[in-house]
Amino acid sequence: MPAHATKPPTAHVKGKSASRNGQSSGRPPTQIRGRAAPALIFGDLWEFDPAPETADPKLKSRYELFINGEFVPPKSGKYFDSINPANERKLAEIASGGASDVDAAYEAAARAFEAWGRMPGRERGKYLYRVARLLQDRAREFAVAETMDNGKPIRETRDFDVPMCAAHFFYHGGWADKLEYVAPGRKAAPLGVVGQVIPWNFPLLMLAWKLAPALAMGNCAVLKPASNTCITALKLAEIFQDAGLPPGVVNIVTGPGSTGGLIMAHPTASKIAFTGSTDVGKVIMRSVAGGDKRMTMELGGKAANIVFDDAPIDQAVEGIVNGIFFNQGQVCCAGSRLLVHEPVAVAVIAKLRNRLRVLRVGDPLDKNTDVGAIVSQAQLDTIREYLKIGVEEGAEMWQPPCRLPSKGYFLPPTLFTGVTQSHRIAREEIFGPVLSILTFRTVDEAIEKANNTAYGLSAGVWTDKGSRILKMSTELKAGVVWANTFNKFDPTSPFGGYKESGFGREGGRQGLLDYAKLI
Amino acid sequence: MPAFAYPSAFRRLFDEIGTVDAVGIEERVAKYATRSIKKGSKLSGLKLAVSMVDLTTLEGKDTPGKIASLCCKALHPHEDADVPSVAAVCVYPSMVRHAKKHVAGTPVRVASVATAFPSGQTHFRTRLAEVRGAAADGADEIDMVINRGAFLAGEFARVQDEISAVREACGGAALKVILEVSELETYDAIRAASFLAMSVLREGDFIKTSTGKTSLNATLGNNQVMIDAIRDHYLDTGVAIGMKPAGGIRGAKQALHFLVAVKETLGDAWLVNRRYRFGASALLNDLLRQIEKEKTGAYQAPYYFSDAAESY
Amino acid sequence: MTRLPITKTPKVYVGGAFIRSESARTFPIKDASGAFFANIPQCTRKDLRNAVEAAAKAGPGWARRTPYNRAQILYRLGEMLESRAAEMADAIALGGSRDAAAREVAAAVDRLIYYAGWADKYEAVLGSVNPVSAPYFNFTVAEPMGIVGVIAPSDAPLLGLVSLVAPVITSGNTVVALASESSPYPAVVLGEMLATSDLPGGVVNLLTGFHRELVPTFATHAHLRAISAVANAEERKILALGAVEIVKRTHFAKAEEGQDWFSDGAQSLYAIRNFVEFKTTWHPIGA
Repeated sequence: MPAHATKPPTAHVKGKSASRNGQSSGRPPTQIRGRAAPALIFGDLWEFDPAPETADPKLKSRYELFINGEFVPPKSGKYFDSINPANERKLAEIASGGASDVDAAYEAAARAFEAWGRMPGRERGKYLYRVARLLQDRAREFAVAETMDNGKPIRETRDFDVPMCAAHFFYHGGWADKLEYVAPGRKAAPLGVVGQVIPWNFPLLMLAWKLAPALAMGNCAVLKPASNTCITALKLAEIFQDAGLPPGVVNIVTGPGSTGGLIMAHPTASKIAFTGSTDVGKVIMRSVAGGDKRMTMELGGKAANIVFDDAPIDQAVEGIVNGIFFNQGQVCCAGSRLLVHEPVAVAVIAKLRNRLRVLRVGDPLDKNTDVGAIVSQAQLDTIREYLKIGVEEGAEMWQPPCRLPSKGYFLPPTLFTGVTQSHRIAREEIFGPVLSILTFRTVDEAIEKANNTAYGLSAGVWTDKGSRILKMSTELKAGVVWANTFNKFDPTSPFGGYKESGFGREGGRQGLLDYAKLI
Repeated sequence: MPAFAYPSAFRRLFDEIGTVDAVGIEERVAKYATRSIKKGSKLSGLKLAVSMVDLTTLEGKDTPGKIASLCCKALHPHEDADVPSVAAVCVYPSMVRHAKKHVAGTPVRVASVATAFPSGQTHFRTRLAEVRGAAADGADEIDMVINRGAFLAGEFARVQDEISAVREACGGAALKVILEVSELETYDAIRAASFLAMSVLREGDFIKTSTGKTSLNATLGNNQVMIDAIRDHYLDTGVAIGMKPAGGIRGAKQALHFLVAVKETLGDAWLVNRRYRFGASALLNDLLRQIEKEKTGAYQAPYYFSDAAESY
Repeated sequence: MTRLPITKTPKVYVGGAFIRSESARTFPIKDASGAFFANIPQCTRKDLRNAVEAAAKAGPGWARRTPYNRAQILYRLGEMLESRAAEMADAIALGGSRDAAAREVAAAVDRLIYYAGWADKYEAVLGSVNPVSAPYFNFTVAEPMGIVGVIAPSDAPLLGLVSLVAPVITSGNTVVALASESSPYPAVVLGEMLATSDLPGGVVNLLTGFHRELVPTFATHAHLRAISAVANAEERKILALGAVEIVKRTHFAKAEEGQDWFSDGAQSLYAIRNFVEFKTTWHPIGA
């Protein structure tokens, strides 16, 4: 016993008020011991200099269609501009493919299928491995190109998009000669030619998600990138050539949305795959209804990110931020609704605000940028419209102070508090860096609110209790449940939605089955 | 009867303070390592880091001569007048008088380890006496070690009471409380120990990661856990406690990542040596090397800097 | 005068380094024409002991690598072998017919690629979530065993060795392997490719020498968790008896029957399955 001790034994940790994680459960104190409430200063004391990535993206001024292993001009002779959303400048001209180009592509694919579908899996896999390795060689070049075309930060393209794209090709290369293990009791055979349309939010990665399993299974493909973001797809076509991929196995037809419709409806396609908004997905499904095409759809979401009072709070805050501000919130599985347990709501929101104050919004090519540009003017307008709606509906909007670039499609990360399930900003997919914050009192209420949506793509659960994680995982109607993490992806992990978020899975053994005929 | 006497006391401590997800922490700090600090911001960051160094020698073979050399380096790390002096020299209690001779009256403070550093495994009265002795010899700061055995056995009141007693024995000297993160092992325990200490510390005191005498010292991960705790404590009570990662920071680049962590977690008010220190020895020369490189544009050899160990 | 080439001194690849036997003994091998070719290290049980220590040191790190990382490393090993296929064919042929040797090298490369492709997939096929009839989440995972002893066949000195080693390391085990007794030289060259492949030192350790001197120690070394061997009847008996003491897992192919290493049947998921342990975990489901 310390010799000097005269005070009575302590009954609790001295000096610690009945609070959690630095915040009282009620309103934050405006005064402590007569002084103004403590606040953190996130200012310019040590401001970072610009740190631009300087690798050359090796862009061409004009990109042609990739059909039958060659770059060919579109029959229409028309081109459209690709814009860099960070500075609104033109990057390149992109071929505008139409009906006859789509026909030519499908013809090439069908011809190539004769050999490709019968090639021993061991050899087919080697092409996919080559693509992965060649992409790894040119990783930085592709990362810069992707950042310039989409507006997402170079740190993300460099550390996530491009490596993950290579990983998908590498992973699926290894399945090509192991197909007898994919479908117990059946032989997995290719379907033939598949038609694929991908979105603009992860241009290179979405292409890998579509092509890698299709090719591993022995199919040939006709694929259309989103018209906003065609460049890395056509750069990857150069790698297909360098890898010696037989002509016609992959055909890339760029063009407007209508060209995507032609690809989806084409009679030669045995199967179609679409990733995009639920609305467009429904248009496609209507157009092929009554036919024989197999299809998979990966559509929209309005995921609930659920934080319980026993969660590791700082990590939950990080997960919330990753969930909605990663890729500027332009992610189908974004955690766009925060459902926070009432006892910790004030603390979580206060910490969230402090975290947002150090997010760096700006030039996507700067290595220190956390939040880049929105992909297009149209998308920016849509998001701004939702900000207006949110305010009109009575929710409270908060944005951290931000110095936005004068040009380009930028938006500060945005929080809405006081949101309920009836608000449009809690029901409709905004597809931007906007978080709607709701509260709940019990586990059952969290489940009800999380499932109270037409969507069902993903969900997040933050709690220290293992049994609760498993209960939530059991009850949540979502195709992907992230516990104590968010936005984690892996080629081995199947991804896809419930309900109006679509059907079919991508990744893992489950994903391969969607590209197989089971005999 | 103190609540801690019951086994449930451990749970109750964690309930109040919250748990830490290790994978989540590693992901957060990995982002600091991607920050690219260039040009003017790099130079200012490096100089800031120099001003935060507690230049350390804690060896059985320390002598007054070694202390003299250390103090000289501490006062004038580089012939360039632009480069600041370090924050403090950190020495064993027997060397405090010698250090004081060289740096008294300068901005460089004398920090003394005490409390049977590094293990702390002697009677508490001995540990306290050592603190008083170092303070009497003129130490401006005392670096103590917490009682890890008691902590891991769940005797939290005892751990905290010992810190309080040392705090009193320091008198006017500032106190740095070494948690010895390698022995606490989990991030949960490090967070709990941080709050345990901070609750009895004053503004101007610090919590510190390690003695530097085990194989695992300061990392971005344990630094983050501790500065998260400091932030929470500050927002709750208004008391600003300082942070000192010690040991394991070999290079300037790493040191800058630690400063990014501070910038993004605690903010500008902690980017001063009143509130942040680096416990280091070899780090100083790497900071100087990088400062020189920023100025001249040329990569430097290690042996151009005084007291460098490398000769190759 | 024609230029005199520098001859290579064969050493064995153990713990990421190239060493002679601690006994300093060697035995000579001849080339296809019967002329002296080189002296091969005659490894002892102490060399085996040292190799097991190296494998033990490398084990935790190798097992903790992500499956994708292990896949990439095995693939790179394939890249190394492919890029030096001609040299390896020479090492097999030793002046004799190169066609058969070249075929063996190509098959060995493909086998490495095959197992590389399993590294991030076998878990999904071998593991399971088990639908127990109680409110528990119950899942089974496959884990590596530890250090595995491999005894390669006499014939197919490269392909046989690779066919035994690759499925063992793909799941995170480490290996101490005894090369073909009659044709040890390809294992020497394989060591050089392992060394340039990003495979951490100690994951695969290759010994050369004589069965009669080393099999008994493979049999009784308590730190070897499993044995994968092409062995004759007498050797199988020795290995099986030795295994009893620590309940070592043993998997044999009968040397006297001969194996067709070129067939697709010589590679499968089940070669991996033989060297993993299954762990099942239960956790309640509830609020």
